[in-house]
Amino acid sequence: MKFISEFRDSELAQGLISDIRGKSKQKVRLMEFCGGHTVAIFKYGIRQALPVDIELVSGPGCPVCVTATSDIDKAIALAMIQGVIIASFGDMLRVPGSRASLQQARAAGGDVRIVYSTLDALKIAQENPSKTVVFIGVGFETTAPTIAASVLQAKEQRIKNYRVLSLHKLCPPVIKTILDAGEVKLNGLICPGHVSAVTGSNAWEFVARDYGIPCVVAGFEPTDILQCVDMLVTQVENNQSKVEIAYKRGVTPEGNLQAQKIMRQVFEPCPANWRGMGKVQDSGLKLRSKFADFDAAVAFDIKPEPSIEPKGCICGEILRGVKTPADCRLFRKVCTPENPVGPCMVSSEGSCSAYYLYGEH
Amino acid sequence: MCLAVPVKITKIEGKEADVDIGGISQHISLWLTPEAKVGDYVLLHTGYAISVLDQAEAAETLKLFEDIAKADK
Repeated sequence: MKFISEFRDSELAQGLISDIRGKSKQKVRLMEFCGGHTVAIFKYGIRQALPVDIELVSGPGCPVCVTATSDIDKAIALAMIQGVIIASFGDMLRVPGSRASLQQARAAGGDVRIVYSTLDALKIAQENPSKTVVFIGVGFETTAPTIAASVLQAKEQRIKNYRVLSLHKLCPPVIKTILDAGEVKLNGLICPGHVSAVTGSNAWEFVARDYGIPCVVAGFEPTDILQCVDMLVTQVENNQSKVEIAYKRGVTPEGNLQAQKIMRQVFEPCPANWRGMGKVQDSGLKLRSKFADFDAAVAFDIKPEPSIEPKGCICGEILRGVKTPADCRLFRKVCTPENPVGPCMVSSEGSCSAYYLYGEH
Repeated sequence: MCLAVPVKITKIEGKEADVDIGGISQHISLWLTPEAKVGDYVLLHTGYAISVLDQAEAAETLKLFEDIAKADK
């Protein structure tokens, strides 16, 4: 068992597609929350393989995309402070802020470094004791525990020049916001696989219970996604709404309790600004006061100028599932992966990038 | 961003481990999965294992897919 190739078997996929075709009787609209799912759905041609009655819409599950322009401006302001080294995941560098991107800040003399992991950022901090390393903490519940662990490691190893700018976001509160807004009518939710590996599938119970929407957690291989759609269609056709897992090898109802514990130990919920959705209560994470020494927001008084949103960009509506990239006047004309106007074109998991790379021309 | 890949643990030292990714060895953190053992497959995300993969569940899922594919024929 390699846990990859087995789940890409075309015969098994064909069996699942036939099963879905046999069960699907009514029109359904399913939202894939996660940007990783959007990419996999496009890459494996899953939209084309499904019956026309099954519509898939992309959700806000791309942490880079939902980071507010004002927060990117903060990271850029930090990059321009003397003695600061910015450590960031690569996806963030090209996201346009109001006036520049982190990449442009680097060109202007800022010390901005791409890291694969907070472990690399800790190493940079150890190697540069006279400087302050600020890690740009972007990510959902999947990533937040790894950032929390880095703070605990910094404390344990007495690394005193490591800070985190926490821009973390939590998924269940924003799903609630989208459902409460009622702009997009959903018959099922393809729940994020790796967020759920940490939170457990129980995090989605409120969607099935309070909104009557079937929820199935999916993995990222083609048969995982097809199994998820199969289970959602079964629930819809049987008038059920419950939470199920189509990724049982990696996800349990309770999730990763150790990761949840470490996340709670270091972070506490706070309001957060989402691109396209504005401020959502308890949807962000900030460092607890006992870890204030590691908090970039405490260490630096950053007040960038008021933020400016890119003109004509509809990333906000796309993230809410209300519009698709095809509805955007800038898409493919002005906004391309080489010259992105909005974040959904920058991130490899952004809807615009997926539509651009794999969508119909 | 939430990308995580299955990797096999080949060696454990304290809270850290060596893993095999398609023949390439990488050093990762086990802070979030202290229960992981040598030989286990874990989901690797940004240098940390975030979940120990369940071999029995994987086999059961594949068996289910095979049954569905057979029923289709």
